Amino acid sequence: MTVVPPADITLFPDFSQAVYTIRTESFEGPFDLLLHLIKKNEIDIYNIPISAITRQYLEYLDIMKELNLDIAGDFLVMASTLIQIKSRMLLPLPDVEEAGEEEIEDPRAELVRRLLEYSKYKDAAITLSQRELLGRDTFVRNFPAPELDEIKPEQEQPDVEMFELIEAFQRILATVPAETFHEVGAEGLSIADRINELLLLLQGSDAVEFEDLFTGSVIREQVVVTFLAILELCRLKMVKLSQQQSFGTLWVIPVLLEGGDYIVTEEDLDRDFA
Amino acid sequence: MTGTSLKSVVESLLFVSDAPLTLDRLCSILEEYDMNDIRDALAELDADYVREGRGICLAEVAGGWQLRSRQENADFLRRLSRIRPYRFSQSAMETLAIIAYRQPITRSEVEYLRGVDSGGVLKTLLDKKLVRILGKKDIPGRPLIYGTSREFLEAFSLKDLAGLPTLKEVRELTDRDLLEQQEELPLPGMGEKSGTE
Repeated sequence: MTVVPPADITLFPDFSQAVYTIRTESFEGPFDLLLHLIKKNEIDIYNIPISAITRQYLEYLDIMKELNLDIAGDFLVMASTLIQIKSRMLLPLPDVEEAGEEEIEDPRAELVRRLLEYSKYKDAAITLSQRELLGRDTFVRNFPAPELDEIKPEQEQPDVEMFELIEAFQRILATVPAETFHEVGAEGLSIADRINELLLLLQGSDAVEFEDLFTGSVIREQVVVTFLAILELCRLKMVKLSQQQSFGTLWVIPVLLEGGDYIVTEEDLDRDFA
Repeated sequence: MTGTSLKSVVESLLFVSDAPLTLDRLCSILEEYDMNDIRDALAELDADYVREGRGICLAEVAGGWQLRSRQENADFLRRLSRIRPYRFSQSAMETLAIIAYRQPITRSEVEYLRGVDSGGVLKTLLDKKLVRILGKKDIPGRPLIYGTSREFLEAFSLKDLAGLPTLKEVRELTDRDLLEQQEELPLPGMGEKSGTE
C-alpha cells in the first residue's frame, strides 16, 4: 500500500504569498506615475482635480516605501510641487483689475504643459521601439574592416612596448631645435585642447603614423603636450598603438567601429580635463 | 546587358560592404557608370528581392543602402546569433526619443522633459554609441550637448532623422518654447510662473 501524504502538508512552504502582497508597476518617474493616475481615473488632463491626484500620488509613495523601494528625490520634488499647486488653488484669485497686464495663469498650467510634453515623448519612445530593430528584427553581416586587419599586428605580437614609445618620442624631440631662451608667461597649451585636435586629425582614418601627429609642432612644449595627449588618449582607450615589427612604423589607431564618431563620456571629460 | 551586369556589381558591393553604402560612394566606386543607372540598379535589386521573396532585402538606412535579413526570418536568425538582441528599457527608450527629436540637447534639458535624473541612462546610450556628444553649449557651465549617432539610424532602420515618425501633436496648451524657458527654470518653479505666452 502506498502512503499518500495529506494534502495540507507541503515540503516547501510558499513564501511568495507573504512577500508579494502588492504588485505595483514600476514608474519611470513622477511624470510617468502622474500620467498613470490620470489615465486610471479617467481624468481630463486639462482639468486635473489636484487634491485628489495629490492624495493618490502620496499614497503611491507610501506603497513604494512599504515595498522598500528607494524613492528617488524626483518623486519627492513632484510631491511638494503638487502640494504647492494645491495650496495655491485654495487661495483666492487676485482681482483682474489689480493684476493689470500680468495674465493670471492656472497654477496647474505649468505642470500640465510638462505632462503633455512628457507623454509626447513617452509615446514616441513606444513608436520608436516598434520599428524594425537591427539585431532583433533584422540582421546584417558583420566582419572587421579589411584595411584595419592589414595594419593590425598578428595576435601573438605584443602591443607597443613602453620603451619603444619613448624612443619614438625621443626621435621626434631630437628633430626639434632646443630652445635657447627663456620665455616668461608662455602661451598655455592645454592637453585637453590637443586631444580634441588629435581626435579631429584621426577622425575618418583607420590609422595614422605616430610621427604624423607631431607635424606642425615646432616648439618643444608642443611636442611634449602632444605626447601627453596621446598617452591620455591611450589611457581613455580611445586610441590604440600598434607596430608590426620592432622599430617599424608606429601606428595610432582610433578605437572604434567603422570610423564613426568619437565618444567621450561626460564623466571622462569632467574627471580629466576639468 | 550593362543593366544586368551593373546590377550584379552593385549587389556584390552591397554584399561585401560592412556599412551602408551611400549613393555617392557607389558612384565614386562605379565611376564608369551613370548615377541614374546605379539608382535604377538599386531599385531593380530591391524589386527582385521582394518579388522572389528572398531572404535578404535592400534597406535604405543612415543615408545609404545595406543588405539586411528579411524581417520575417528574425526568429530563426536570433538562434544563429549568440549576441542577445538589443533590449531597451523604457527609460532608455524615453531618453533616446527625447534626444532624437530634440537634438542638440543637454542632459539637464533631457532631465527636465523626463522629470528624472537621466545620467545613468545617458551613459549607457553613449556606451552603446547610439548617442554622441556634439559639443558644448554656449551657456554658463558649458554643458555638453548630445545628439543621435549614425549607429542610431542603423539600429532603428531610419534613412535619416527626417524619417523619424512624426510626434503626435497634443493640444495647443503645449508650449513650443518649453526649452527656452527651461534654461532659467530647471524646476517646475511655481514662484516664477513664466508668463511667456
